[in-house]
Amino acid sequence: MLRLEKRAAPSRFWTVVTPILAVVATMLAGGLLFALLGKPPFEAIRVIFWEPLFGANTAYTLPQLLVKAGPLILIAVGLSLGFRAGIWNIGAEGQYIIGAICGAAVALAFYPAAHWYIFPLMVIAGGLGGWAWAMIPAILKNRFGTNEILVSLMLVYVAENILSWVSFGPLRNPQGYGFPGSRNLQNYPSAHNADLIPNSGLHWGVVTAFLAVIAAYVLLNRHRLGYQIRVAGQAPRAARFAGVSPQRLVSFCLGTSGALAGLAGLFEVAGPSGQLSPDFNTGYGFTAIIVAFLGRLHPVGILLAGFLMALTYIGGEMAQLSLNLPSAAIQAFQGMLLFFLLAFDVLSNYRIRAKENAK
Amino acid sequence: MTIGGIDLVVLIASLMVASTPILLAAIGELIAEKSGVLNLGVEGMMIMGAICGFVAAVHSGSPVVGFFGGALGGTAMALLFAFLTQILLSNQVATGLALTLFGLGLSALIGQGYNGVRPPQTDNLNFGPLTQIPVLGPILFQHDWVVYLSLALVAGTWAVLRYSRVGLILRAVGENHDAAHALGYRVRTVRTLALMFGGACAGMGGAYISLVRVPQWSDGMTAGAGWIALAIVVFASWRPWRVLLGAYIFGGVTVLQLRLQAAGIAIPVQILSMAPYLITILVLVIMSARRGRAAIGAPASLGRIFHASS
Repeated sequence: MLRLEKRAAPSRFWTVVTPILAVVATMLAGGLLFALLGKPPFEAIRVIFWEPLFGANTAYTLPQLLVKAGPLILIAVGLSLGFRAGIWNIGAEGQYIIGAICGAAVALAFYPAAHWYIFPLMVIAGGLGGWAWAMIPAILKNRFGTNEILVSLMLVYVAENILSWVSFGPLRNPQGYGFPGSRNLQNYPSAHNADLIPNSGLHWGVVTAFLAVIAAYVLLNRHRLGYQIRVAGQAPRAARFAGVSPQRLVSFCLGTSGALAGLAGLFEVAGPSGQLSPDFNTGYGFTAIIVAFLGRLHPVGILLAGFLMALTYIGGEMAQLSLNLPSAAIQAFQGMLLFFLLAFDVLSNYRIRAKENAK
Repeated sequence: MTIGGIDLVVLIASLMVASTPILLAAIGELIAEKSGVLNLGVEGMMIMGAICGFVAAVHSGSPVVGFFGGALGGTAMALLFAFLTQILLSNQVATGLALTLFGLGLSALIGQGYNGVRPPQTDNLNFGPLTQIPVLGPILFQHDWVVYLSLALVAGTWAVLRYSRVGLILRAVGENHDAAHALGYRVRTVRTLALMFGGACAGMGGAYISLVRVPQWSDGMTAGAGWIALAIVVFASWRPWRVLLGAYIFGGVTVLQLRLQAAGIAIPVQILSMAPYLITILVLVIMSARRGRAAIGAPASLGRIFHASS
């Protein structure tokens, strides 16, 4: 029999290797799943992981990779701060929606005026909106000890209803022939979050995501607050004796992750998506949770994980077209990835020893 | 008895039906949490129960087989969770989230081609003349068997936890797993069984949504019911009868919201639809504000990883 022996500190080697193992295992299990669905497994894996990078349509797929990875990285970096400290914001999807609504509302308030300051104002509104939405669970947790997991998640459903309400009501395009949805911000130059280099997919949201990665890295490694976050996660009691205020951490972690998710929503609505509509949100807020874990809650890891997850999105789209693979398959695939990662994590936290029977 | 165009008897009768899925899921989660495991994957287990139950019912033509299939689907998911958290000692919060994401994806995959199919109907039990009693008849005697099963489960859970040795062991494992281990109880086995019970209940709850409540299959149709079940367990401070109360309050709000829409009250539909979620938050705040975590009745080992040699 085997037995597990706890390591004093997680193994550095396995911490880096487990995500790679998890991806390989997911490919194998995913191939099996596709085979069960009656699709050619090798072909499916190739279309998902190879085609977007080196296939025939790279002029379309490579920019799309940036477009999809940007929001995922931006949200996941914020979430990882809280996850490290044991603060679980799983309502990023709601903060993303509220950020988009606030940003778009600012743009539509100015429409059709042309000013240079409209887009910066939208960015501020988007970030503030997401921040405020995330501060609801933070304040409730600090004041009343309410569970932030449940509150942040309930607020996702509330945000979805608000989104539906504004798309049918206050923010509906008056020239939209009665269809739900706002004006398309792509046709409003002062508010459009356009590609910085045409057709590269590199818009302000992607730039912000890269900046967030750098900022988080500096925060965690060079700043007192980052140190406090790490201590609070690893040894909550020790952190309290060291004078770390749990309340401040809760406000900071939830607020920051909310603001980043709000920014991601704003950049999406002003750029790739263009308009608010009842089905504007596509689950980035939830997928970002996988990205955060896959990246080991480390900024650089999250950067890589974000691109990998974006790859599965685009590959999944291509597999839908060429192999008729259902869109839900990719969601199951992503869930599987998180499972394998968590399963293999046992290797970085524990040593596996053979059990000695005679002692 | 009508208030503002809403018939109270019909309201109560339909809130019992509306509450049954979350009641089943919540009572299952209560047992799992009493054993010290926080399974945030209730939503994933419910949606898998919904599709497995639906498929089983459509192919067998029998709703009873359907509910059995739903329970099986939920249990399979719970076993996956148990394997990861009990054997591989993974983080329970993260694993629960993974279970939900995976369940949502896999169920949509299985459910392809079942959109628009009608499942076999679940009939109400026949209580004969009892159904004709005014007021009490429609409330107590005009439901299908799952509603009564859910009520029986609440009573059973209460009795087992309070009066039986099994309940005592379960609580011991949940309160202090190291002490329970030292006494010779098999912590991991107890927890795995508790998780399986939770999975079976959640699966049945999911099947109730796809077979009775809606009755149809659509992707992601549980729409957060699993998360509400989790909230109800906290609301109930881990007590079975309060779970019943919490589930019925929540079901009541849901039904009332639908009736208000139907009665043409001039409030935007979306504001009414978000009411149940807002009220859940409100209730959580009230419950948490009154007492601290220790006094609230949470099992002391809830969410902590058990590793025997540590």
